[in-house]
Amino acid sequence: MIANLGLAALWLAAALAALQLVAGALALGGRGQDFAGIVRPVAVIQGLLAAAAMIALVVLFCQTDLSVKLVASNSHSSKPLLYKFAGSWGNHEGSMLLWVTIMGLAGGFVALVERRLPERTMLATLAGQAFVSLGFYAFLLLASNPFERLDPVPVEGMGLNPLLQDPGLAFHPPTLYIGYVGLSIAFSFAIGALITREVGPAFARAMRPWVLGSWIFLTLGITAGSYWAYYELGWGGWWFWDPVENASLMPWLAATALLHSASVLASRNALRAWTVMLGVVAFSMSMVGTFLVRSGILTSVHAFAVDPTRGSFILALLAINIGAALVLFGLRAASVTEGEQFAVTSREGALVFNNVMLTGALGIVLVGTLYPLLAESMGQKVSVGPPYFNPATAMFVVPMLAVLAVGPLLRWRRDRLTRIRREVAVAAGLLLGGLAVMVIKGVPLLPMLGLALAGMLAVASLLPLRGRKLRTVKLPLWGMVAAHFGVAVALFGMACDSAFTVERLVAARVGDKVAVGPWQLTLKSIQPIAGPNWTALEAGIEASYQGAAPDLLKPQARQFWTPYQSTNESALDTRWNGQLYVVLGEQAGDGRWQLRLWWKPFVPLIWYGGILIALGGVLALLGRVVSDLRRIIARDKIAWRRERQGR
Amino acid sequence: MSQPGATSQPVKAKHQRLILVLIALAALIGAALLAAWALRSQASYFYVPADIASNPPEADRAVRLGGMVEAGSLKTNADGVTIRFVVGDGKARVPVQFKGIVPDLFKEGSGVVAEGKLGRDGTFVANNLLAKHDEKYVPREMAGMSADQARKTVEETR
Repeated sequence: MIANLGLAALWLAAALAALQLVAGALALGGRGQDFAGIVRPVAVIQGLLAAAAMIALVVLFCQTDLSVKLVASNSHSSKPLLYKFAGSWGNHEGSMLLWVTIMGLAGGFVALVERRLPERTMLATLAGQAFVSLGFYAFLLLASNPFERLDPVPVEGMGLNPLLQDPGLAFHPPTLYIGYVGLSIAFSFAIGALITREVGPAFARAMRPWVLGSWIFLTLGITAGSYWAYYELGWGGWWFWDPVENASLMPWLAATALLHSASVLASRNALRAWTVMLGVVAFSMSMVGTFLVRSGILTSVHAFAVDPTRGSFILALLAINIGAALVLFGLRAASVTEGEQFAVTSREGALVFNNVMLTGALGIVLVGTLYPLLAESMGQKVSVGPPYFNPATAMFVVPMLAVLAVGPLLRWRRDRLTRIRREVAVAAGLLLGGLAVMVIKGVPLLPMLGLALAGMLAVASLLPLRGRKLRTVKLPLWGMVAAHFGVAVALFGMACDSAFTVERLVAARVGDKVAVGPWQLTLKSIQPIAGPNWTALEAGIEASYQGAAPDLLKPQARQFWTPYQSTNESALDTRWNGQLYVVLGEQAGDGRWQLRLWWKPFVPLIWYGGILIALGGVLALLGRVVSDLRRIIARDKIAWRRERQGR
Repeated sequence: MSQPGATSQPVKAKHQRLILVLIALAALIGAALLAAWALRSQASYFYVPADIASNPPEADRAVRLGGMVEAGSLKTNADGVTIRFVVGDGKARVPVQFKGIVPDLFKEGSGVVAEGKLGRDGTFVANNLLAKHDEKYVPREMAGMSADQARKTVEETR
């Protein structure tokens, strides 16, 4: 019953998306106000219907309704409720339904609240949003129906991949998806503005909160995913340049560039065509990521489906959406009039540098991610990993971060470095001093650059606050400072992890003592324990930092039985200056237990930095929304007064 | 960015967009060239034992080796954490050494992909092992194994 309702809601939502597209196009083509009036309400109802379908699926999963094929093949009655709930998007069909739900809701939200743009641009934007949604509805309904039924009904489900049975599943995918799909709004705004040729500061101001919002969620989603991989996989690494990770990094790089260029367009009316282009590129990268992850051409915990028809379907969607957007851009870019001028040494100049470097890094990641696929289609199997990605992205990121130290201090339009020579000298001194110390200590090149840049940025990111009354500093400026400081924090954590990590791999008997870095560990016990749908061996390890009172760590080797699979649950001991990471391995033939131990100085700063960056986004967004609201209220007041006087 | 002290004038209106486009193009072409160069030297190629026998990779070049762990070949060194085994594909055999915790479904007679380097003595020194995780997660290279090997892998891991 619920499954039928969900499917009906989904079909209805798809029909409304078609209506939204047709009505929007007709109204744009000048067929009168009759159609223009219905576009906004239709967009809202479409989003609500998609959400209803998603809720239906979540209910089916929570009830473990095994007559639904998706539930039967991905869930199990003995699974904890949290994973029944979150498991509804831990599979191909469910995750695509989550995608269209967010897309529909985001479109509805825009239709409901966005009133600053000219009505024609809004119509074009909502029609564009409907066009993109329609493709994904078709994909869902024709190639991956989440509500497909089973007859006869199986007695038990097949269970969820144990690697996904972690609280992270409840948080990481929805967050990342809001980020991915939120960028579709920027895409549709870009399309709308191209169709009506209304590219200007108003367009950038309307688009900016949506980009900022998506970017915040992307940042949080990537940060959470990185930490999840770090503790769940038991490999001690936090970023593997896995294609799936790259799929989330590419939209983030594009959105970061877009965020900065949109601020140039909003404040200075420059970089017009470029900002529109980035709006198209950012969501295109989201779709490329979906294609990579969902088509089954890659294998990882994220690639649920290995079904060639689905791959071709997504590829076709990708080609249509990106192709159409690029053609439109090509046709209209020349008629987007050029914006205001600026000198090379100016805030705009620094932001252009930021954009070019981010785009370069994006290119590096894209090429490295797609290359194995191209090579394989020519019959050669290759994999591309950190030896390529680390130095190649650093070539772009290092100069960008160096400019980041002074860019925010420059004035708009035209400036001279001599005006801020003191600040430049401080930054350069910190950078060179840091490098000198590191050369003496013999740190490898990339971590050395990372540490020196992090030290410089931590100070330089605070310089824009210098000489201001802190109580009068506006929220967006606080946001910028927090985000840039967060970059320094995260960079420091990354560089420390790769420069100073101590790793040990030992085979130990109960009672043995092991040292790793400043830690003394004692293997106290190995005990069997049982969970709701797994059994495990749990080690009791006493860990003492430089002779202090020991903490008890309990890493587990878990054995799940639906599906039958084992996982390692690492144990972490976090101090202010780093993290001890312990993994329990197998028992060797002679009765000793394998232990893999890491002491990772300052590694948690990577994720704290990520959170700070996102917090910066939140502050900036709050600042923008508050000032927009104030403006709207002020305008309404004036209108109301006029009306009263007129009476 | 311009040198300190230089008073940079706003560039002539007509030319600025052209210059921006050129800079962006130059950066993208630079990125592409850099990527192509780095890929040629850093991409790690996939080998099966027969390839290693006929045309071995240069020593110290990162590559991947895929095949079946031969039954009866798995040994653990005295340190308890270093393992040795032989990877074969029916045509050739390559001894492999690995120090670390093996993936959960790594066992004799089942498929494996080892990441590492071929040592000068002909032993492949792996720094990472990838095994089949479950029915839905197979290292991509394993998907290309012969039907017989694939069948064996599936039987083994069921």
